[in-house]
Amino acid sequence: MSNLIASLDAAVARPSLPELAPGDTVKVHTLIVEGDKERVQVFQGMVIRVRSSGVNKNFTVRRIASHGVGVERTFLFASPRVDKIEVLRHAKVRRSRLYFLRGRTGKAARLRERAA
Amino acid sequence: MQGILGRKVGMTQLLTESGIVVPVTIIEAGPCYVTQVKTAEKDGYTAIQLGLGETKQKRLTKGQIGHLRRRNANLPMLRTLREFRLKNVADYSVGQKILADIFSAGERVDVHGTSKGRGFQGGVKRHGFHGGPRTHGQSDRLRAPGASSSGTTPGRIYKGKRMAGHMGDARVTVLNLRVELVDPERNLLAVRGAVPGSKGGLVLITEARKQSIEFNRAKGK
Repeated sequence: MSNLIASLDAAVARPSLPELAPGDTVKVHTLIVEGDKERVQVFQGMVIRVRSSGVNKNFTVRRIASHGVGVERTFLFASPRVDKIEVLRHAKVRRSRLYFLRGRTGKAARLRERAA
Repeated sequence: MQGILGRKVGMTQLLTESGIVVPVTIIEAGPCYVTQVKTAEKDGYTAIQLGLGETKQKRLTKGQIGHLRRRNANLPMLRTLREFRLKNVADYSVGQKILADIFSAGERVDVHGTSKGRGFQGGVKRHGFHGGPRTHGQSDRLRAPGASSSGTTPGRIYKGKRMAGHMGDARVTVLNLRVELVDPERNLLAVRGAVPGSKGGLVLITEARKQSIEFNRAKGK
């Protein structure tokens, strides 16, 4: 019975999207509706977590916006609103949830790069 | 009132074009067979009896086998039989197959099922009582029901007074669920929201009894 659910979930999978890992620096292209027009908005930042599985698999991107304000946004892998994800950089991390970055700014918030 | 029998598969999510998550329950609905048509002349009321779930003949009693064979030799051995009261049964005949495609996406349905059994439960869980205070010198009062009545007047407990007792394992109907998806090939229905019972539990899906005013107007009711 639960296989049936898995097969339904598989139907919404987006194989064109890359696998993400915590520490990756990404550009997420999302479709947003502005008035009656649709345009692509890019959100660039660091993946601080990838959670859940199946249809609900999602990831959170953290970026430092203007005035040094941290902004986090969570995206669903299955969402038709996510147009494209570009992975710019991988980082060497030892944990799956990079919440420690929230308390850090500037140079302290850097991570060591890992070759893909 | 059209209806179909099904088994709850479980819950998942669907996503709309605009990226909104819709929580849905997947129901494996049918294929059902009409096993008996009850008429006013013969039975005193009108209804159709539907059967669900093919099984081995040895799993049924002789009475059940006889019932399935009596009218139409082509009926498979069906494990579960349930009746649906209908006003007009003229369109139905024994042996007729009923599939999930009697419903279409966007329609409203009622879903009847048997809720999960919770066993003997106290008033706090069963009726949402608040329990007693934890502090101020209290002991053994944390989940107590409190007073159940007054004193000399009325001098008895009213019938139906909410108390501890058996919870769950009762017939529950959820009204007006929106059909989000119909897949007649795999006999699947997806309805928005939760449905009573455990996974694999029997559910009855019927056309919604309390439709919106707009719907009833359109139908001329």
